[in-house]
Order: sequence, then structure tokens, then C-alpha cells
Amino acid sequence: MLLEVRDLQVQFRMREGISRAVNGVSYAVDKGETLAVLGESGSGKSVTAQAVMGILDSPPGRITGGEILFQGENLLTMPEKKRRTVRGAQMAMIFQDALSSLNPVLSVGDQLGEMFVVHRGMSKKDARARAVELMDRVRIPAAKERVRQYPHQFSGGMRQRIMIAMALALEPALIIADEPTTALDVTVQAQVMELLAELQRELRMGLILITHDLGVVADVADRIAVMYAGRIVESAPVHDIYRAPAHPYTKGLLESIPRLDQKGQELYAIKGLPPNLMHIPPGCAFHPRCPRAQEVCVREEPPLHRVSAGRGSACHFWKETLDDAAR
Amino acid sequence: MTPHGDAHPRESAPATGATAGDLLDKAPGEAARDARRGGPDREPILEVRGLVKHFPLTQGILFKRQIGAVKAVDGVDFDLGHGETLGIVGESGCGKSTVARMLVHLEEPTRGTIRYKGEDVTKLSGRALKAVRRNIQMVFQDPYTSLNPRMTVGDIIGEPYEIHPEAAPKGSRRQRVRELLDVVGLNPEYLNRYPHQFSGGQRQRIGIARGLALRPEIIVADEPVSALDVSVQAQVINLMERLQDEFDLSYVFIAHDLSIVRHISERVAVMYLGRIVETGTDTEIYEHPTHPYTQALLSAVPVPDPGMREARARILLSGDVPSPAHPPSGCRFRTRCWKAQERCALEVPALAVPAEFRHVSGPAAHDSACHFAEERQIVPGDTGGTGDAADTGGTGRTGGTGGTEEGGAGGGSGGGIP
Repeated sequence: MLLEVRDLQVQFRMREGISRAVNGVSYAVDKGETLAVLGESGSGKSVTAQAVMGILDSPPGRITGGEILFQGENLLTMPEKKRRTVRGAQMAMIFQDALSSLNPVLSVGDQLGEMFVVHRGMSKKDARARAVELMDRVRIPAAKERVRQYPHQFSGGMRQRIMIAMALALEPALIIADEPTTALDVTVQAQVMELLAELQRELRMGLILITHDLGVVADVADRIAVMYAGRIVESAPVHDIYRAPAHPYTKGLLESIPRLDQKGQELYAIKGLPPNLMHIPPGCAFHPRCPRAQEVCVREEPPLHRVSAGRGSACHFWKETLDDAAR
Repeated sequence: MTPHGDAHPRESAPATGATAGDLLDKAPGEAARDARRGGPDREPILEVRGLVKHFPLTQGILFKRQIGAVKAVDGVDFDLGHGETLGIVGESGCGKSTVARMLVHLEEPTRGTIRYKGEDVTKLSGRALKAVRRNIQMVFQDPYTSLNPRMTVGDIIGEPYEIHPEAAPKGSRRQRVRELLDVVGLNPEYLNRYPHQFSGGQRQRIGIARGLALRPEIIVADEPVSALDVSVQAQVINLMERLQDEFDLSYVFIAHDLSIVRHISERVAVMYLGRIVETGTDTEIYEHPTHPYTQALLSAVPVPDPGMREARARILLSGDVPSPAHPPSGCRFRTRCWKAQERCALEVPALAVPAEFRHVSGPAAHDSACHFAEERQIVPGDTGGTGDAADTGGTGRTGGTGGTEEGGAGGGSGGGIP
């Protein structure tokens, strides 16, 4: 296994109290595999990724439990000096907002080349040549001329390509993409996702795709982990989950997408709001919004039940949900 | 029977099947909505003609010279029928938000007319303008920045009454605000709270309540759900549909999410670089698009069904949208279009029913601004699926895509010989 997150717990200490952002998340990604982490804002999907990358805002954030194994080594107990050689070189991250993630006062060539200067000890000139190569690779036209330009001179789609180029620079084994196309238009989104998928295949990288978009997930993911209130509520191969979800939350998300045959009818809407992470409901965190909630859901936190090989659902009534969906 | 219809029984047959299915599915309450469908034949409440907005580009500090203009909106025509929802879709920079802002008079048009019940709003000023503005209200995209953080919810929703005091006598305003909160599904006791105490979805409800305060006839909603979480989007869409029936509203609904626009709209206009490139009913646009940009846009939308991954025919556009300061000559889409020829650079295609469809009755005969318009089915699993009604759901869907590709190729050859 390339990356294994085991029972990860992250808290944020705020003035108003402790915000429990991640409460025992476990997932794994292998080489060449795409894991989609799906969730709404506040579900803890980005915080988990930040913990893996080691870029958690700390304080107020704090990892209070669990381990993160990267190629068998626990990143959380690794000395910072060693971890630095992992970050960027062996695992890299692509952020949502390329404009604010790039340095506005350095040319893109300098920013791309910096990776080679810092991690590989190259001369500036060689690094510049590699930067042009990289820009070619992510199909930025006229790379040789544009390498001197600054981030504001590129369009949104092109900036995201530069982010991808930067992440790929040192050919990492794992890429974490946090909502890489959310800020982009659909036609550009299609280009960027296609590029990312192609490069991943070519380099056999592991990819963690963090998103809230069920359409993007269906297009590229091998496996899905659905998060809610800092926990994974369902984890499954991509085809299974769309065919028949085994958790009422996943089911609700899938049903709230407008479909053709529902024109003129009310959309299915999950009632209520995602919980405040300082006051997560007892038992199953989803129970106040769940159409299937029973007394046991308030009392007991459901474990991740094994549904089938490689598939789990954290619902007391996963069988009923699954039967319902199959009908 | 037209030659077109004869050549493609698969295309026409499923289409009728889908409509029949639609009608059967309708709940009784939807009948009223249905009766109001079909825009052009009903009396338009808003008529927009030749709408243009150019933002000047200037150089120099003391002696400003105009060196050009960002042609944000460059000749847009449409009608909005009474009680209708018109969806406007397009990518960022296509001018859809500028159109919205001109409709509610937040932006002065450079040229063109906006007629509200026959009266040209752009020529009005003073009291007459104020009276019209009362009837056209806006719901903004970002519920975080469109509500004043230092005002209570009651003051925010009641603020329109300060500007239009005749809408509600002073004593009754508090009560009206409570009613509005109730109407949008918020607790009326929340009146004294501040925006930061609400979630995104709740804030958007506050924004909608403010839009409703003056009991307008038209609501212009600019990306009202795109800042919201998926599970909350559906709640707000349902609310907007309910309010439309309850208050007899007409909507201009602007969004980039094509599936949401389809769900809520009776007619759809697709914009690209300041112009409408294609317009028609939702079925015409989504199932029988004839403009290459619409086709590319529809094919780029990720389908939430992993089974479609291999089966879908995607049109990947190259490059980015050109700058609206220097739009391409002729057809504005030609720089990214795979069909572009010399004629496209020389001649601006008019927004009208293309010649090859003019004598055909059917969903393909709708306005499309392309010299080489041809029908191509993009959205899978619908028309084809209904056609192979005997099949089970899964195979029907795959069958549908097979049909899609055939339909695209067939439409090409058939379209030329009317």
C-alpha cells in the first residue's frame, strides 16, 4: 500500500471550544489508484489531506490520534527534516485556487524551477530548461515564451495546469488534488481532469481526489470514501456506490442531483444542515437528518460495517438501505 | 412526414415517448406549471432587444483616453413570458451576470432596450424608474457578501420598504418581515439575529426573502445556489419553485450548472462571449442541440454515473475563451470550433432557426447562431433509453449512447438534405 491513514483524529482548538474536524478516518491508496474523497464543506475531507501532507494549521489544529503510513513509514513520528524530503518530492498537492497558491511576484518559470533547485540541487539554468519541459508536458502552448510570464498573465485553466506541473515536477508517488477543478468552467474542467487522469496513468501515481462533485467522481475515481462530520460513512468501489448506495447520506446526495425524469417535480433534499463540528450529534452524526433514523442511531455510533469485499458502510441499517436502493 | 423525420425514426420516436412519460409523471399540482410552459406564445413580461454593454478600457491617469472596450454583452435579444423561468447558461466571462445586472438596473446598458410590459425601462428615470424597479428584484450569488454583516436579518429584509415606503405602511413592516421569514422556511423569531449566525443555505433564504419583500413580478437570480453545498442546493431550488407558484413570479435564472438550469427552466439561452448562441425549450437545447458550443458544453458536464465513462462521446474543446476586449471576427466561437471554416470568420451568424431546419417541424428547429448547425445528441440515457423501452435500465442506457453517436453522424448527413 502506498498510503494508509489509520484512525486519524484532528481537532481545532478555538475560542468557543474544540472543533472535532476529523474523528477516526481510515483510508488507503495504492499505486496507480484514484481514491475520491467526497464530502460537503466541513466534512473534514480537506483537513485529512492537510494532515497527510503535513501542512495542517497548527495551532489551532492538532493531530490527536492515529497514524499515517506512507510506503510503510509513519509520517507522524518522522522527524521534520526527513518529512521535508517526502513532502513535494514523494507526495505533492494541487490546490483549488491556483491564483492564490502561486506566488504573484515570481515568474512561473522560477516557481517551477525552484522545485529542482531545492530538491535536486540543479543550477538555475538547468532548472529553467526543466520548467519549460514541464509546461510542455501539461500542454501549455508556447511554453518557451510563457515561462517568463507571471501567474496573473495566465487564464484560470492554464494556472491550474501550472499547479499540476509543479506537483508533477519531481514525479511523486502520490498526488493529493483538493477540489482541483471547482473554480474552473466546465469545458476547462474537462480538459484539466483529462490531463490529470492521463498523467496519472502514465506515471502510475496514486491520486487522492478531494471533491464535492458527484459527476467528477463518477468520471475518474476507482474507489470512493464519503465523509460526513469528520468520519467516513461509506467506502466502496465507484460502480457499487452509484448503483446502490449503502448509507442514507450517500443515497441522499445521489438523489438530490436533478435528473431528467424529475423535471417539474420537487427535488429530493436532505433536510436540515450539516452539524456544527463543536457539537456533533451523539450516536450517528447523521441521525438528525436521516429518514431512516431509529432510537439506536441516537445511542450508538455505528462502526464501519463490512458490506462486501472492499466495501463498508457506517450505518446501523445498511442492509435495509442497500435493499431499498436495489429495488 | 418530413424527410428528416423519415431518415431518423429513432430520433423522433423517443422524443414523443419522453413527453408522454413526462405528463404521466406529473403530480396534479404541476398542471398549472405545465400550462404555463412554452414561452413565445404567452404574453412577454420582459422583452430585451439588442442589449449591449461595453466597459471602456482607458489609458493614462490625468488625460484618460479610451483605447478600447470590453464587450461584455454585445447584442442580446430575449423575451421572458409571464410566469416563466428562463435559464441563462454560459461559462465565466460570457456576460450572463452583466445581463442580469442590466435587467435590475444596476448597470446602464450601452445600447438596446429592455421593455417591461411594453415600456422601455432604459429610457425611464426618477419616479417612473423607481416604480418599475420595485417589480424586478434580484437574488445574488454569494450569500456571504450580499448581506450586510452589521444589520440584523429583520433590517436586511425590511430595507426595501425604506426605499419604497408605499409598499408597506410603517407599522406593519415588522409583521411583513416575519411573514417573509416564514415563507422562505426560516423561524420568524430569527428577526433580530445577524447574518453570521446562519449557514450558507439559510443566508440564501434571507436573500430570497429580501427579493420577495416588495412582491415583485420578476426575480433575476444570478447563480443563486452555486455557493451552496450539494445537499442544501436542492432545498433552495425547491423553495424557489414553490415561491414561483405561490407568488406568480417570472424568473431569469442564471447559472453555470447545466443540470440545475434544466430542472428549473422552461426555456434556456446559451451565452458565449457576450452573445446568445442558442435558445429554445429545455428539451430542444438539451436533447437536440444544434450549436457546436452547446454540444461541447453539454458533453463536458460530468455525468454522475460511472457506467457512462467509456460510453460517452466527449467533445474536448481546445484553448480558452478569448478576451471579450478583442472578440474574434465573425462567429465568436470559431477559434475553438472544430467545424470552423472561412465563412465563420467573415460572417456573423444570426440567431435564428438555421436554414436546414426551417422547413422541419421538430425539436431541432429552434434558434441557433451557427452557419453549420446540425443536430447532435449529447445527453445520454434519455432519448435512446426511452426508445429501447423494452430493455432493462442498464442496457437501455448503453444502448442510448450507441444511438447518440449514430444520431450525431446521421444528423450530419441528414441535416444537409432537407
